[in-house]
Order: sequence, then structure tokens, then C-alpha cells
Amino acid sequence: MLKRLFIILLLSVPMVGMAASGGTSMKTANVDVSNTASLQRGARNFINYCSGCHSAKYVRFNRLGADLGLTESQVLDNLMFAAERPFDTINVAMPADDAKRWFGQPPPDLSLIARSRGGDWLYTFLLSFYEDKGKTTGMNNLVLPGASMPHVLWELQGTQRVVYRTEKDAAGNEHEVFDRFEQASAGKLSAEEYDAFVLDIVNFLEYIGEPVQLKRVQLGIWVMFFLLVFFLFAYALKKEYWKDVH
Amino acid sequence: MSSTENQGAGARLLAWVDARFPLTKMFNEHAAEYYAPKNFNFWYYFGVLSLVVLVIQLVTGIFLTMNYKPSAADAFASVEYIMRDVQWGWLIRYMHSTGASAFFVVVYLHMFRALLYGSYKPPRELLWIFGMLIYLVLMGEAFMGYLLPWGQMSYWGAQVIVSLFGAIPVIGDSLVEFIRGDFYISDITLNRFFALHVIALPLVLIFLVVAHILALHEVGSNNPDGVEIKNVKGPDGKPLDGIAFHPYYSVKDTAGLAVFLMAFSAVVFFAPEMGGYFLEHANFEPANAMKTPEHIAPVWYFTPFYAILRAVPDKLGGVVMMGGAILLLFLLPWLDRSPVRSIRYRGWMYKLPLALFTVSFIALGYLGMQPATPVYTNLARLATFIYFAFFLLLPWLSKADKTKPVPERVTYHA
Amino acid sequence: MSEGVDKSRRHFLTVATTVTGAVGAGFAAVPFLSSWKPSARAQALGAPVEVDISKLQPGEMIRATWRGQAVWVLYRSDAMMQTLPEVEVSLRDPESVQPQQPGYAANQYRSLKPEIFVVIGNCTHLGCSPGERFEVAPADLGPEWKGGFYCPCHGSKFDLAGRVYKGVPAPLNLKVPPYRFLNDSLILIGDDAGVA
Repeated sequence: MLKRLFIILLLSVPMVGMAASGGTSMKTANVDVSNTASLQRGARNFINYCSGCHSAKYVRFNRLGADLGLTESQVLDNLMFAAERPFDTINVAMPADDAKRWFGQPPPDLSLIARSRGGDWLYTFLLSFYEDKGKTTGMNNLVLPGASMPHVLWELQGTQRVVYRTEKDAAGNEHEVFDRFEQASAGKLSAEEYDAFVLDIVNFLEYIGEPVQLKRVQLGIWVMFFLLVFFLFAYALKKEYWKDVH
Repeated sequence: MSSTENQGAGARLLAWVDARFPLTKMFNEHAAEYYAPKNFNFWYYFGVLSLVVLVIQLVTGIFLTMNYKPSAADAFASVEYIMRDVQWGWLIRYMHSTGASAFFVVVYLHMFRALLYGSYKPPRELLWIFGMLIYLVLMGEAFMGYLLPWGQMSYWGAQVIVSLFGAIPVIGDSLVEFIRGDFYISDITLNRFFALHVIALPLVLIFLVVAHILALHEVGSNNPDGVEIKNVKGPDGKPLDGIAFHPYYSVKDTAGLAVFLMAFSAVVFFAPEMGGYFLEHANFEPANAMKTPEHIAPVWYFTPFYAILRAVPDKLGGVVMMGGAILLLFLLPWLDRSPVRSIRYRGWMYKLPLALFTVSFIALGYLGMQPATPVYTNLARLATFIYFAFFLLLPWLSKADKTKPVPERVTYHA
Repeated sequence: MSEGVDKSRRHFLTVATTVTGAVGAGFAAVPFLSSWKPSARAQALGAPVEVDISKLQPGEMIRATWRGQAVWVLYRSDAMMQTLPEVEVSLRDPESVQPQQPGYAANQYRSLKPEIFVVIGNCTHLGCSPGERFEVAPADLGPEWKGGFYCPCHGSKFDLAGRVYKGVPAPLNLKVPPYRFLNDSLILIGDDAGVA
């Protein structure tokens, strides 16, 4: 038995190989969930532009209001529809069957999207829609090619085209690679305004991914302080008792 | 009431209990009159810390069970319910998820201590076997617990690991079906893994931990010098190099506990995901039997063995190697034929292989998380080779090794 | 071993470490105990409920559910109203002295509007749900019975304001939940914001 294992091992002695790497580079979102004003704007943007198709079914409006420093009437007037009650979660009016027919798959719930994808990914995704005549929506996305999500924010951003450049790889083959975006048609917002708009949404998504995160860190500082005091006593006690040990 | 009357009442109560239950006797045997070597160093904290983490896992686990729902339809949502709606549920869940990783951190360090100081060598073979069984049950516990959140990683991790059993000739396929109780990882699988995770394996674990501690207190603790302190006793019959566990090690361990709790809390409060190593990003997406995540990797504590599995280009061979990697650890007391225990008195023929083994184990852990590119696969093969070579050559190397003379007493500088 | 030991320092540090540890254990227990309190979802499910009484006729009662309990809304007819002072001598707490109702319902009708009676339908004895027995002097309840609620479990009797009779197991009047009128035909049960 051992001998056979040995032979397998000897056979598996390594050969030298080549590594391959690739992937789209991510922009840094610099999310800051302590920026309440940004979260408030993000909440409004989310409700106006995202929640038509995407639910956030673990997020309650009253929790949202409390965490974002909004009064009940502010939440009621700005974020909620008439039929919703303060303790409801952010659901979507569109039936899942229709959604599946229209988009091929139901738009995912966004409660945890920031935790599964990360803020940088979401930020880059929302900035990477480009004109693609080959798609039914006329749009494609560099981060998620073939995304079934249309460019919902095109009125704000306008549209952009991809400019490619040609690169040679080590083997001498030529490849077309992404160089930059080029504005194709203007939107209601300037590029900077649109970036900020998207960042607010991403910030909000980051917050709803884990609503307790700010409180968690604040509490953590107290816990660490307490444990430090405990350690100092315990360490002094250990020192004291170990004077006996020679 | 005066304090003497108080003490009188307390002493009387204790006498009443002692006449009916060996409370004082047990306390003395396992604490006040359990003599441990006085030269314990950093590596000797992790045994007691494992016990602490076990308690954390049991307590947080019981409270999670109060709100978790073991069904494919509700499991994912019930975890988010705990994270958002249950008061302080997030803290209890993070303690449990961090505790899972912390368990393996302390257990790996505890096991490495045994490799350093030869703690598995006679007469501590059974102690080591109990410890290895604890490690095995812990892996089962961690694996089944990981299915419960019913995220993408839960699902596909279970899919891959359960499929390993399919490599066994003849019975493989029916065995896999038997484990799942269905034709795929389903609600039924989740439900039985839940039962095993919350009651069956914890009971086994507690039993093994008790056996481990009883075995330890029977043979006595080893120490960094690998000297048997029972061999040199004073006129009072107590080992000259031994000190009472209580108060000396109880106070020392309390200070160590405080440091551990700081590290533990730092993760729980400031980085519960630990950059995706403790809570994987893809697990925040509900399980989807139709779509495998692009990159799947087990949680970090399984990756060394996962890397070994992937390094072998044959399904059965991979499973056999992975099983063998764990099995060899069990055999350590009989593979190591050195006359000395501690690395302090061993020669390079143990020191160098141990260093290589340690590096390759860590390398396997890293490689198990990476995509299986040709370079990585080959590195994993090299590391696998070293891993096995360490154990398989140990009988000869440990015998041939030039050891230094072992002192009669432990080395200790106050 | 213990010569030259600073006993007071040793004692102080032992106490300090023990106390700090005990305080820490106490703090650590808080999250676990708090997790037993009603969660956000329980509170959402236990949110106030609206009851529409626009179709309710005198002498009729409707049942609603609030926080898993039966809530009765009884529209008392004139005849029913007249029984309330008549039975007072046989009641245990006719003046509603016991805090079994919000302050605004501590009157002889035990309600905001005299005719509209809102009450939680759980017997104050052991929690059974009494039945409505609005007929006067039925065979089983005797000639003195003027209509009210009768608990089948242990025979407790209540009048049409939920007040408990003397000589039955139930110790207290039926509990009146907090409520308010959103308008003439809509009652909000579980919320009395703005009611005196």
C-alpha cells in the first residue's frame, strides 16, 4: 500500500508550466457607509431606479429610516408606496414569472449583492454599460458580458462606446483589448455627477448588505477596551502568582 | 451574619456535597493537585483555548438553533433573519462563524505543538489518537455546518465533498445517494446534516474531549523539553518540576484567554468575513442547483487536503491520497522512532523535514484556495510529495537522527 | 513557597480579575438573553391591525386577530347597554379598578365609545377563549343571566363589558387592548397614539 502511494507521489513530481492571467480591472468605489447623506441619496436612487425590478426583501423600511436618520413621514413620503407599511420589506411589484419572461431570469434580490459581489464590482458594473447593436437592449456590459439587465440609468449617463486597441501577446498573436469608454450621447448628468449618483447607490447597497456594520465596529472598540483592562489585571495576577515558581 | 458563619455554612455545604459526589476530589485531581511542568511556553495555550472555543460554539450554536430553519426553502432567509431581525442575532452568528475558523486555528497550533515536542510519543499515543479523532469529528462538524446557511458555497461545497465518496469502487454511487438521501443535495440532505451538526457530532465531540483530558491527566503533560517530570519527585511525592495547575496555570491561561478573546473579538467586530476566508462572498447568494460559482474553494481549514485531492489526476487516487494524508497523522506515534521527544534535542534529520512539512502544509493550504492552473497544480504536487515523504521517511530519519542528550530536569528561567 | 508573598496584592488582583471577568460574562450574556425578545419580524407581525366596523349592526360582534389573540368588537344594542348597570352588584370589579384596560377605557362601558366594545377574547383564568352568550336567561346559565361571555373551560362568566362575575375562577375582567378610532368605521387595534 505504502509502496503504491510512493509510486503515485513520484509520478506526480512537478513539471514547469505557464500561468495565464486576465480579467477586467475594477474601479475603486471608496464606499463609506458612515456618510448618511450619501446613504439617503442612495436610498432614493435605489427606490426610484432599482426597486421597480429588484427587491431587497430582507430590508425593512422602519429600520432603514432609523439607521439613515429619517423620520417616519420622510420614509413614507420619499421611499414607500401607498400600500406599504413601515415594517414591510422592500418588495417588488413585478411578478417573478413576468420578470423571467422579460429578462430570461428574475432580477436578483439586492439585499446581499454588495456582500456577494463587493462594492467595487457594483460600482464598475454600473459604469460599464456600452452600446452594442448585437444585443436586444442595444446595450452590453463590460463587467458582466451579456447581462440581461438593460442600462436603466442611460437617461442620466447618456450612452458610451468602447474604444479598443490592439495588443500583441507573448506568442505574437494580436488581440483587441479594451482601451477606454467614449461618450456616444450626452445624458442629463455630467460624468462626475453620474459617478457620484452611482456611488450613492453602491454605498446604499453596501449598507443594506449588513445594516448593523457601523454599530458593530463602534461596539467592537468598547469590547476591545474592556478586554484590554481584563488582560492587564489577569497578566498582573499571573506575574504575582508566578513569583512562587523558581 | 458574620463572615465566619458564612464560611461555616459554605464549608458545611461542601462537606454535604463531598459525602455524596466527589466534587473536591475531582477539583484536586484535575486542578489543585494536578501537577503540570513549569516550563510550558507559548505553544501550551492552545489546548485550553480549544476548550474555550468549543464552549463558544456550543452556546452560540444553541442560540442559533432557536431561529434557524433547516429547510431548503427557509434556511437562507432564516440566516438573514438572524442577521437582521433577531436582536443581537448578528453577533451570535458572527461568533459562531468566527468560532468555526478559530477552532481550526487553535487546533492546528495545538497539533503543531505535538509535532514540535513529540507529545504523541509513548505513553501518550492514546491521548494523540483521541486528539486526532476530535480533529476528524471537527472536520465533519465544520463540513455539515457549512451546508446550513444554504448559500452557493454551502451547496457546491457539499456537492463536491459528498461526491468524493462516489470514488469508492463498487459501492460509491449508492453510498453517495445514501448520504444525500436524494438524487441531489436537497432539503432532505440539509435536514439530516442539521441533525448531525447540532446534536450527533457535538455529543461525540464532547465525549472525545472528556476522554482526551482524562487521558492527559492520567499520563501527565509533556513539556517543551520532552522530559518526564514524574521521574524526579521531591520528598513529598510531588514532581520537582511540576506546579499545581490551579492556581499557576489557571491564572496564566486566564491571561492567555484575554489575548485570545481580543483576537477573536477583533475578527467578530472588525472583520467578520475576514476578507472572504471565514465567510465566503459567494455564500451570500442563495443555493442554486443550476449554477456553480465560477471559482469554488472550501473554507481555508480544508484547503490543504483539497489541494492534495486536486493534485492527483485520478478520482479514486485523489480521494485515497486525501484520506491517507489524514490517516498518516494517526500513525505518527509509531512512525516516529526517535529516542527523544522534543525538537530541542533532535538533530537536523527531524528539524529539516519538519520545516519542509510545515512549509508544504501551509503551501497546500494556499494552493487549495487558488484556481487549479498548471503551475499551481504542479506546486501542489511537490507539496503533496513533501507532505507524504515526511511521514513515510520518518521511521528511518528519526532512527538515524543524531540526538542530543536530554537533561534530567526541565529548563526553566524565572 | 509562600514566604515573602505580598498577600494583599495577590488578593487585590484576584478580586480585580474575578470581578472584571464576571462583569464581562454579564455583558456577554446580554446579547443571548436579548435574542429572546420579540424580533423585528415578530414586531412587524404584531403591528396594529385595522378593523372595519362599517357593516357591524347593533347586537353583533366581529372577531379580529391581533398578536395571535382573538380581539372582539361588539356593537352593544340599547338593550345590552341597559344590562350593564343592572348586573354590577354581582361583579367582582364593576368599577374597573384593576388595570385591565387603558386609562381611557376605565369607565362603566370599558370602551372609548359607549356602544363599541373592544376586548381581548382570552379568559383571565387560564387563557381559554370564552364564548358569546348574548341570550337572556338561557336554561344552562340560569334566570339571572343577562347576556355576556361564558368560558367553557372552567365556567367563568363575564358581562357585556367583559367584567368578571363573583364566584367564578377568573380573577380579573377581560383585558381591553390599546386601540383608537381612525374614523367612524375603522378601528386600529394595538395603537392608541393620540388617545387621552
